[in-house]
Amino acid sequence: MSDFVLKDAEAHYGATRVLGPLSMRIAAGERVALIGKSGAGKSTLLSLMFDRWRAQNVALMPQALGLVDTLSVFHNVYMGRLDRHRWWRNLATLARPWRRDIDEIKALLDEVGIGEKCWTPCGELSGGQRQRVAAARVLYQQGDLLLADEPVSALDGPQAGHVMAKLTEGYPRSVLAMHDLELALAFCTRIVGLKDGAIVLDAPSETLSSAALQDLY
Amino acid sequence: MMLRATTRVTLGFILLALVCLALGDFEISAHDPWRSVGQLLLGLVQPDFSSVDSLGQALLRTVAFAFVGVGLGAGAGMLLALCFHRWWVRTFSAFIRAIHELFWALIFLQSFGLHPVTGVLAIAIPYAGIFAKVYAEILDETDPLPLDVLPRRAGRLSKLVYARISQAWPHLVSYTAYRLECGLRSSAVLGFVGMPTIGYHLMAAFAQGHYSTVGALLLLFYLLIGTLRWWVRPRLLPIYLLVAPFLLGTGLPIMWSNVTRFFSEDIVPAPLKRGEGLPALWEWFAQLFVNQALPGILNTLLLTQIALVATGVLALALFPVISRHFTNRASGAAGHVGLVIMRSTPEYMLAFILLQLWGPSMLPAVVALALHNGGIIAHLVGRRSNEIKLRQDAPHGIDRYAFEMLPRLYGPFLALAFYRWEIIMRETAILGILGIATLGFYVDSAIQEIRFDRAMVLILITALINIGVDVLARRLRGYLRLRHGINPQQC
Repeated sequence: MSDFVLKDAEAHYGATRVLGPLSMRIAAGERVALIGKSGAGKSTLLSLMFDRWRAQNVALMPQALGLVDTLSVFHNVYMGRLDRHRWWRNLATLARPWRRDIDEIKALLDEVGIGEKCWTPCGELSGGQRQRVAAARVLYQQGDLLLADEPVSALDGPQAGHVMAKLTEGYPRSVLAMHDLELALAFCTRIVGLKDGAIVLDAPSETLSSAALQDLY
Repeated sequence: MMLRATTRVTLGFILLALVCLALGDFEISAHDPWRSVGQLLLGLVQPDFSSVDSLGQALLRTVAFAFVGVGLGAGAGMLLALCFHRWWVRTFSAFIRAIHELFWALIFLQSFGLHPVTGVLAIAIPYAGIFAKVYAEILDETDPLPLDVLPRRAGRLSKLVYARISQAWPHLVSYTAYRLECGLRSSAVLGFVGMPTIGYHLMAAFAQGHYSTVGALLLLFYLLIGTLRWWVRPRLLPIYLLVAPFLLGTGLPIMWSNVTRFFSEDIVPAPLKRGEGLPALWEWFAQLFVNQALPGILNTLLLTQIALVATGVLALALFPVISRHFTNRASGAAGHVGLVIMRSTPEYMLAFILLQLWGPSMLPAVVALALHNGGIIAHLVGRRSNEIKLRQDAPHGIDRYAFEMLPRLYGPFLALAFYRWEIIMRETAILGILGIATLGFYVDSAIQEIRFDRAMVLILITALINIGVDVLARRLRGYLRLRHGINPQQC
């Protein structure tokens, strides 16, 4: 089983240190929420993790999503598994997808509530719809660890909770940067609070309340 | 008073052009030039479509050569673009695009003869060099994030196609479609060296004084280019590309002994072939350089500088005809048609026609270059002017032009003019084939004398000058901080 450990990790922007040194270990079954003010280092920590662990089986859902606007929703989701097929099959899929892939991806899209958009180019979707496509892509990709930066920031109400549940159930471990504290407490097992690039809080979520977390802000 | 950098550079260019003007030969030597112009206009008004068979075939061949040439060029250009980060690929691409289609055609005519391969390669090779550069720029501008989030172990080709080419696709398609229009012009012009396209029939009709057939050919050519967007559809493209190779005609069979002789003997410098050693080779080269290359270079530069300034003046005078700040709907539409005609006519074709009308001098060449390139720049500057929003009480007429428009548009205009500098130079060199003493003239004469070794050296020198002007123009754009987006219109 893969091992996800950071030891005295640092991130620099030019000559200035913007993160760390910090150490962290992500155990199997853990769902970690990164919280903190904007600029506290959440996104930096996520991309640092992705850099360190990218040789292992890690999926990334960045804040900017990384969708290809000119491709359909189906193909954007399919891109999550480009490594499972031969090149000629991937090229053929651009022209005419396999029935099996369509069925599987359609089912995933239905789960996140945009099944009817399967063949729409991503460039024509709203912000919330795009976020759901990116979620479907990482769900389709699968792996040992999910790194997601504000994965449900553009979704509201029950939709947000629904997608959070899917994402956290879809991976044995996950690290999610969150700004919605209620959602973080409801779906994550561990809360890591960041301030000025350092870890100032690291506790199981059942020991915390959203009022107690307000101090971080 | 301190002059601004753009003003200083502009004045420098104008001064240089005036000096060149004093040195050049601009006489109209034809007996009755205006009568010929009248005859040609009459031919345009009363075109003769009676020889429909040969006209149809000329059009078909023109389209077929353009499709096959541009198609091959685009494929090869994409492959080159993917390794464009290597310096030798960049150099190689710059080199093959610095040699004009007609020079490539002259080279291949000596080896493959009048075979379709000659025409196809003449278009495909320089276009591959241009496609390589522009495709690489387009791919560089794509968002790198989709590539980052892909599974790491995905294959290189899959990554490339899904994360980069797919993003760039609309830009790649629109640029390629634009080049196809250029390809049609190149293909038409290849007729002037013997390929069975429109240029060939145009030359024949002129030689026989059939102005009404000339008129018909020109009108059909404008129609072909003007309707491009209706008959070139993305869905139809694969069909066109599959069918086109079968419509190139057969030409004459390739003599393979000629091909090998050309590359192994004909282009080897004569002193080397005779085994006379390096001093003789140096002597040979020095003679060639002083007697042919140098005058050719001087005339090419002279003509280029004059044509560049004439192009600029014409563009600045004409852009208002398509600008909504100066025209209403009807006059704007008329302006568009005028500029389309100006920029659709290849310089070479225009120069050929004007030379027939006015006799040999530098004048037809300058007018042809200025009309074609001025039409293109006027179109682009006019389009840019339409993006400007004026306040409601803005002045009108000449005041509007001088105070509201020109100050805002002069930077983009200069950028475009510098982009076209290299292109004007390429064309100037090639117009020599028509008898104006630029580099093309000496290349053509060397080929007529069956001295291919000299022709090759002269072509190489032409290519080096083109690269030099390109570098200089880039420096000037950098110095004046001009930028006009990627994909400058290039033909």
